[in-house]
Amino acid sequence: MRSSVIIFPGSNCDRDMDVALKKFGFKNQMVWHNDQSIPKSDLIVLPGGFSYGDYLRCGSIASKSKIIKSVIDFANSGGLVLGICNGFQILTETGLLTGILQQNKFLNFICSNVFVKVKDKQNKYFKDLKKDVLKLHIAHNEGNYFCSDDELKSLEDNNQIAVTYCGEDGTENETTNPNGAIKNIAGIFNNNKNVLGMMPHPERMIDKYLSGEDGSLFFKNILDNFK
Amino acid sequence: MKIKVIVTLKNGVLDPQGKAIQQTLNGMNFGNVEDVRQGKYFEIEVKEKDEKKAKSLVDDMCKKLLANLVIEDYKIV
Repeated sequence: MRSSVIIFPGSNCDRDMDVALKKFGFKNQMVWHNDQSIPKSDLIVLPGGFSYGDYLRCGSIASKSKIIKSVIDFANSGGLVLGICNGFQILTETGLLTGILQQNKFLNFICSNVFVKVKDKQNKYFKDLKKDVLKLHIAHNEGNYFCSDDELKSLEDNNQIAVTYCGEDGTENETTNPNGAIKNIAGIFNNNKNVLGMMPHPERMIDKYLSGEDGSLFFKNILDNFK
Repeated sequence: MKIKVIVTLKNGVLDPQGKAIQQTLNGMNFGNVEDVRQGKYFEIEVKEKDEKKAKSLVDDMCKKLLANLVIEDYKIV
């Protein structure tokens, strides 16, 4: 499976993502934001970081960069596009995903391990995933997902909510919501479920000696579903 | 010509920074501060002499980049 990771000025999880993808057998390439086109890919990843210093709004400047047109065309043709953290913020700013990531409710930068519940498995990312609750890592200041009531209803009706913050046992409530996101939302899909944006970093959970391996499950699952 | 734009959060959208500023002001004995909403201010120099045209250009800029209409309103002043 071929993948491309887009690098923006200020991206800082691009290399981690590259290491993770290659570890599980993706043929990955790095693509600079100023390039006109993306090499032939089966998966495009927008990595975490602080593209353009988070100027104006997180992800807003990156969402107008030269390469984005190719990303949008790829997404609209059904290609898999994964945005992690800042990548999720960029996807909402492009309009590929609904809503916006606002500043965390308690105005703090959060860096911690969290549990997320997989809410939908009828898609190429989570289909046949062995676990329902994953231990992943978050590190963000703007992860407080927000959208209008109508948009929320549409996300729920179409099963577009991908992952939600929860406890180890899968309980979702206010105490397991780190940043104030509505309905504990940690990640969502577009209507066709080929575009996934999420705040948690699976690429930081690929080594049992460092943190955990639930991220490994995520990447292996994408590969298995591609076969 | 210089066009000025103010971008603010929509009514009903939580503004934690505004809230923190309000609480700080209250703590500084500005007890009569009931609410603070924080926003952004832009001065945009447009190469255009016709005010109507310049404002219409800036309006387009607001919609496409300066404001995110999911949570923000803008005002050209």
